[in-house]
Amino acid sequence: MQFHNHRVVGEILDLADRYCRAGADELVFYDITASPDGRTVNRDWVSNVASLLDIPFCVAGGIRSVEDAEDILNRGADKISINSPALEDPGLISKMAKRFGSQCVVVGIDSRRVDDAWVVYCNTGDEKRISQTPRATADWMVEAQDLGAGEIVLNCMNSDGVRNGYDVEQLSVMQEQCNVPLIASGGAGSMRDFETVFKETRASGALAASVFHDDDIRIPELKAYLLDAAIEVRP
Amino acid sequence: MEAHVAIVDCGGANIASLSNALNRLGASSELTNDVRAIRNASHVILPGVGAAADAMQRIEENDLASVITGLEQPVLGICLGMQLLAGSSAEDNVACLGVVPGSVRKLQATLEAPVPNIGWCRVQQTDAHAMFAGIDTDSYFYFVHSFALPAGEYTIATANHSTPFSAAFARHNFIAAQFHPERSAASGARFLKNFLEEAA
Repeated sequence: MQFHNHRVVGEILDLADRYCRAGADELVFYDITASPDGRTVNRDWVSNVASLLDIPFCVAGGIRSVEDAEDILNRGADKISINSPALEDPGLISKMAKRFGSQCVVVGIDSRRVDDAWVVYCNTGDEKRISQTPRATADWMVEAQDLGAGEIVLNCMNSDGVRNGYDVEQLSVMQEQCNVPLIASGGAGSMRDFETVFKETRASGALAASVFHDDDIRIPELKAYLLDAAIEVRP
Repeated sequence: MEAHVAIVDCGGANIASLSNALNRLGASSELTNDVRAIRNASHVILPGVGAAADAMQRIEENDLASVITGLEQPVLGICLGMQLLAGSSAEDNVACLGVVPGSVRKLQATLEAPVPNIGWCRVQQTDAHAMFAGIDTDSYFYFVHSFALPAGEYTIATANHSTPFSAAFARHNFIAAQFHPERSAASGARFLKNFLEEAA
C-alpha cells in the first residue's frame, strides 16, 4: 500500500482493516516521501495499524538508524524495509540484521532500465530529488544479501504505475542473484498479471498498491483466480 | 477465568504484535523476566525474535531455565521460543531447555525454497490436539525462520520447506509453534484462543 501525506489516519486504519479482512497476505506501509523529505515515518500510524492487524506488517519510509527500526518494531511492525538510507549507508543493513535478525530486514530496490543495463535509483518518492545511483541492480542485490537482507522487494520502475504487468524480464534476470525471498513490485494492472509473474518467475510474492486502492482488483477474487490457475496461495 | 500472560523477556524486539493479538482475545500480558511474575501468570509465552545463543544467555543470566522447565501452567513457545524448548540448536551450537528432545537444524535453501523461510505455509495436523480445535488441517500459517526442529515424538503438526519439519509440538503443558500465530490471521487467532482456553 502506498499512502500519501494527505491521507488521514482514519482512512488508513479503515483501509488496513479492509485489506486484512479481504485476505491480504501482508501489509506494507510505505511513507514514500519520508526519505526525500528527511523524515522518518509517522510513528503513531504504525502503532494504530499494528494493533488491528493479524497479518504480517512491514513498515518502510526514511528509517535511518537501528534506533528508528527498534522503535518501529516495538510499535508492532514485523519487518522494516529500507531503501534510500541503505544506499547512503550500506552498513545499516548489517547493523539491523545483527540486532533484529535478517528476517526483519527487507531491502527495497528501485530499479530502472537505462540503455542495456538495470540501475538503482534513490529517493524515488519525490520527482524533484529522485536520482540515479552508480549501482547496477544485480550488484546491489548481491551486496544487500551479503550484508544480511532477508528479503528483497524489487520495484521495477519502467513498469511501475503503467499497469501493464510486472517486469517479468527483469525479475527473471535478478532472481538468479537472489537467494532470499524476492517480491515483485510495479506494474500490476490485472489478475492475469499476478498469474504471469508467479508462473514465469520464482517471485515469492507480488506487491501492488493502486489496483487495490482503486478497487480495480478485489483480493478474494484475485485469490480465487490464482487458485483456479493452479498457483498456490492462501485462500 | 481472566487470562494474564507472562511473555518471557528473552531480549529481541517485536513483542507488540503478540501483545496486540492477546489483547484482541481479551487477555492481558506483560513482558517480564521476574520469576514471581512468570510463576504467577495464568499462561506463559516464550516469544520469537532473535538468535538462540543470545536468548539462552538472557534466560540463564536471569536464572530462568529451571523456572521455565518447572512451570505447570500452559506454556507456549513461538518461533525461536519453540526452538529454545528443544534439546539444542545448530544456531550457535547452543544447549537449549530440553523440554522435548531433538536438535534444531538450519533449513536447507533450494531454488524453490529460499532461506529464511518467510511466508504462509500449509500446516498438516498429525495429531488431533486441542490446540488445533476449530482449525482445518492444511490451514495456512505465517512463518519467518531459518532454523527448525525436525518432526519427532511430540510433534502435533508439520509443514514443508525443502524438507518437512515440526510446525508445532505438545508435551504435557508445553506447547510450541514454529509459525507466528499472532500474524496468522483467523487460524492464528484461533490457535492462541485455544492456548488461552483449552491447552491446560
